[in-house]
Amino acid sequence: MERNLMIAGFGGQGVMTMGRMLATATSETTDLNVTFFPSYGSAMRGGTANCFVVISDEEIGSPVSYNLEDLIVMNGPSYRAFIDNLKPGGNLFVNSTIVTDEITRDDINVVKAPVTQMAIDMSNERALNVIMLGVYIGYTNAVPEEVMIKGIETNFKKKPDLIEPNIEAFKKGLEIGKAAK
Amino acid sequence: MSERVFMKGCEAIAEAATRAGCRFFAGYPITPQNEIPEYFARRMPEVGGTFVQAESEVASVNMLYGAASTGIRAMSSSSSTGISLYSEGISYSASARLPIVYVNVQRGGPGIGAIQPSQQDYMQATKASGNGGFRMIVLAPSTVQECVDMVYESFDLAERDHNPVLILTDGVVGTMMEPVVLPPMKSDEEIQKLRDAFKYRAIIGHPLGEAAYCRPGSVGSGQEQVNIEADKLYKTWDKDVRVEEYLTEDAEIIIAAYGISARICRAVIKQLRAQGYKIGMIRPIRVSPFPYEAFSNIDFDRVKGILNVEMSIPAQMRWDVDYAVQGRCPIRECLRSGGQLLTNEQVMKAAQEMIKEVL
Repeated sequence: MERNLMIAGFGGQGVMTMGRMLATATSETTDLNVTFFPSYGSAMRGGTANCFVVISDEEIGSPVSYNLEDLIVMNGPSYRAFIDNLKPGGNLFVNSTIVTDEITRDDINVVKAPVTQMAIDMSNERALNVIMLGVYIGYTNAVPEEVMIKGIETNFKKKPDLIEPNIEAFKKGLEIGKAAK
Repeated sequence: MSERVFMKGCEAIAEAATRAGCRFFAGYPITPQNEIPEYFARRMPEVGGTFVQAESEVASVNMLYGAASTGIRAMSSSSSTGISLYSEGISYSASARLPIVYVNVQRGGPGIGAIQPSQQDYMQATKASGNGGFRMIVLAPSTVQECVDMVYESFDLAERDHNPVLILTDGVVGTMMEPVVLPPMKSDEEIQKLRDAFKYRAIIGHPLGEAAYCRPGSVGSGQEQVNIEADKLYKTWDKDVRVEEYLTEDAEIIIAAYGISARICRAVIKQLRAQGYKIGMIRPIRVSPFPYEAFSNIDFDRVKGILNVEMSIPAQMRWDVDYAVQGRCPIRECLRSGGQLLTNEQVMKAAQEMIKEVL
């Protein structure tokens, strides 16, 4: 089965890192095929940064999809730009601290998590992406949570003091994701 | 050695070249291939090689000419409009029969175009990368693993033929990350041996041995002799055709696609096969020499149509497909260009239209 995820937000929210961490962890600890594709323009300041992760047990075709199983939106413009690319029955993950839009589609699953505020409350403002990754994995189980925990350890191996706080942030997200099922 | 690593296409190209023994890289920045020079800038000092960020494309390509003349495995990369600036130097290296590897990570065009991916340099790559009618073997990877494998073998091809080689990829394959298995690193001894075998190619600073193709001052009949020898080489390339025929045995519709477009088409073909449609694909793995026979040998009693899929408007590879098919079945097109990405949905729609039309 193939699973297409798009992550979108402002530059600086860790959108690319989130996708790359998920894809790298999947590549390093599973036998699944995986692609990561970053998409950005030449002048994106204040605009949207986005990336695509495809995970599949078969050969992957396009690394980019406009017919998504999963969409993570970290800000309002991303929600408005990409909501129509989500399949009916697909999963929408919303950074509800920042996205104040009313979600009008009723043929999708919506998981809201105030990840920007949660990161501030944890005194770890940059971890909003890792919290959201937790929400995503908790809800979808796209890869087992242990895969991501190992991925966080690998990602921060050069800054070991960041491993624990990020695992903590990831687990906070996991709780929200699991509770939303 | 067989452990898989997760790498970006451009970085995988640079690492594969390093492992193949490339010890000289000169380049000038342009999106979407900047990760190639960036990687070389870090990697070359580690292995005793040389990385130069030149002042321009023209300077880069001429530095390569000099480096390759001394027997060093040399490579450069650029993107579309940057490759146009290389064309004079590429032509010179073809004339001197220097084994240089060039990489084009294609972006939208013509002109400065767009920084996003495209496949709009097909004609330039396969027919005329510079003046004078020279040719190159052109390899067209559709996955990051193929980038690795093709770059690794391209240096051997270049040295076998004493001729430059081009890797023709695009901004999707170049910037996406995928798991890859890397080839072994050539030892310093192997690299030195290769270098010694080619070091008499310089037209300045060495006596002109038998190995030297470029004969300074030999205009006129001397140049014609160079061209006759080159033509003899090109005529040996039938053996170098590489093509993948995917589910073509019983196909009634055949998709023609290469590179990134081919991997998108493969996914669509799987979906259509699941619905019972007999559809397959011919994918040139190398776009030069082109696999004309794969198309001309199609059983046109069974195959009712060909769908040519490229990220180029107007279509370019279609000319080669047309040349092989000679009007024996209808050919339709599914195209994007200018940096716009081809999607599964677009190919699916075009394939369904063709099914309606010919089946």
